[in-house]
Amino acid sequence: MNDQDVALEFKEVWKKFSNSATPTLAGMSFQVRKGSIHVLLGHSGAGKSVTLKHFLGLIVPDEGHIFVKGQDIGKCGDVELTRLRKTFGMLFQNSALFDGLDVLENVAFPLREHRREMREEEIVRRVEDLLESVELRNIVQKMPSELSGGMRKRVGLARAIALGPEILLFDEPTTGLDPETARVIDDLIVSTTRRLKATSLIISHDIHASLRIADFVSMIWEGRIIETASPADFVKSRDPVVKQFLESAGVTAVSNAGKL
Amino acid sequence: MTKQLESLGRFSLFVWNSLLWLFRKPYRWRLITDEILFIGNESLYIVSLAAFFTGAVFAYQSWLAFVMVGTDSMVGATVSLALVREMGPVMTGLVVTGRAGAAMAAQIGNMRVTEQIDALEVMAVSPLQFLVSPKLVAGTISLPLLTAIFGMVGNLGGYVVAVWVCGVDPGIYISKLKYFMDPWDFYHGLIKSGFFGFLLTAIGCYSGYRAKNGAQGVGKATNDAVVSGFIVILVLDYFLSILVPTGVRVQ
Repeated sequence: MNDQDVALEFKEVWKKFSNSATPTLAGMSFQVRKGSIHVLLGHSGAGKSVTLKHFLGLIVPDEGHIFVKGQDIGKCGDVELTRLRKTFGMLFQNSALFDGLDVLENVAFPLREHRREMREEEIVRRVEDLLESVELRNIVQKMPSELSGGMRKRVGLARAIALGPEILLFDEPTTGLDPETARVIDDLIVSTTRRLKATSLIISHDIHASLRIADFVSMIWEGRIIETASPADFVKSRDPVVKQFLESAGVTAVSNAGKL
Repeated sequence: MTKQLESLGRFSLFVWNSLLWLFRKPYRWRLITDEILFIGNESLYIVSLAAFFTGAVFAYQSWLAFVMVGTDSMVGATVSLALVREMGPVMTGLVVTGRAGAAMAAQIGNMRVTEQIDALEVMAVSPLQFLVSPKLVAGTISLPLLTAIFGMVGNLGGYVVAVWVCGVDPGIYISKLKYFMDPWDFYHGLIKSGFFGFLLTAIGCYSGYRAKNGAQGVGKATNDAVVSGFIVILVLDYFLSILVPTGVRVQ
């Protein structure tokens, strides 16, 4: 892959937490292609969320390099890191909506912080457009506690795309949702990524959904990436861990061929 | 010992960085006024209630002691000096720690464990600037104001009990109070309460900021904020009482 085609990159990243006997990331390397939807699969506790947080500079690696749009974030100062973060949008596992703010204020938050030139009417109109784009209407006055899990995810997604990010990060976006709502959220992720011409990195353990929406799938095992491939090639992987992971989810190359 | 020093170092860095964020744009005036409203205005009722009865009970106990040696005319001056120099700042600090310090720890702790603080960082907003710095300023401003109110209401409680219940002459009560009080007694209490306000806020925010492990962690953070706040106020009060000048008169 040409360097200019790479949106995100891990190069030999090591991270060990003080309360853990083994490193969470053990020389992890992988790349995310610009404009693609890349899913990172792995078991619970494999280090998927830790990987995402490294890209945002929320966790600093012990060793190795992390590149965002070709820039080594380990060499970024506060100002540079802030500038880079503005190019990200992130949907958290539990949506991470601000409890004390209603839906309007939650979605308007990044606009009020970073688009200070916008007038109040413009902000309200923009929020309504954003909510419309995630198929939500007439909920601006509701508090997060009054929303269902699926609605919270959609409000979280509307907030994540408020500034028109180039890179979208999703931390287990469909965990805890019923299959129908999960499918709606998956479809929204795909349509939003394509509409914004953004790059999406999704971490998940839902193999079926991942194979359906991803351009590329990577598998984490013991702090390393053991396989990266397109969904069609991923299901044919010869790696024993990947094979076992797929089998445990009832996925075989033959059974999945029709869905790809 | 090493752990305690590490904790102190982390706390100092946290406070220092929060202070630095005060001077970086965008300035958070609106958040500061909101926090003054929360820490100051919303503590007014409970502080006033505590003040009235503190003054009342202190006047009654002082009168019981003074009347034995025939110096009950000193009740007013004693109550007033104790209230403005010591009991005002300390009691206000303890009450606000129990109310606002605990609430800050719970709020920030909940935001930490539900990834709302991470969300702020992802949106390129400094959590220190957004959540902590305004509270530090508000705590430092609000506590002296609340302490002044504590002093006034406490004195009212002392007067009511001394004059109406114990029968101390009101003229003597006021004249002794005026004779023995000095503006520096008042300033002494206000300066100390400024320190208490800053520290109880810093401790509340720090406890919440380091919360982990879900609801249990938030509970622990809240508990830590209150216990540490109480201890720091009581210990610091002793040293500040020595260091900050008073209007003490050597007759």
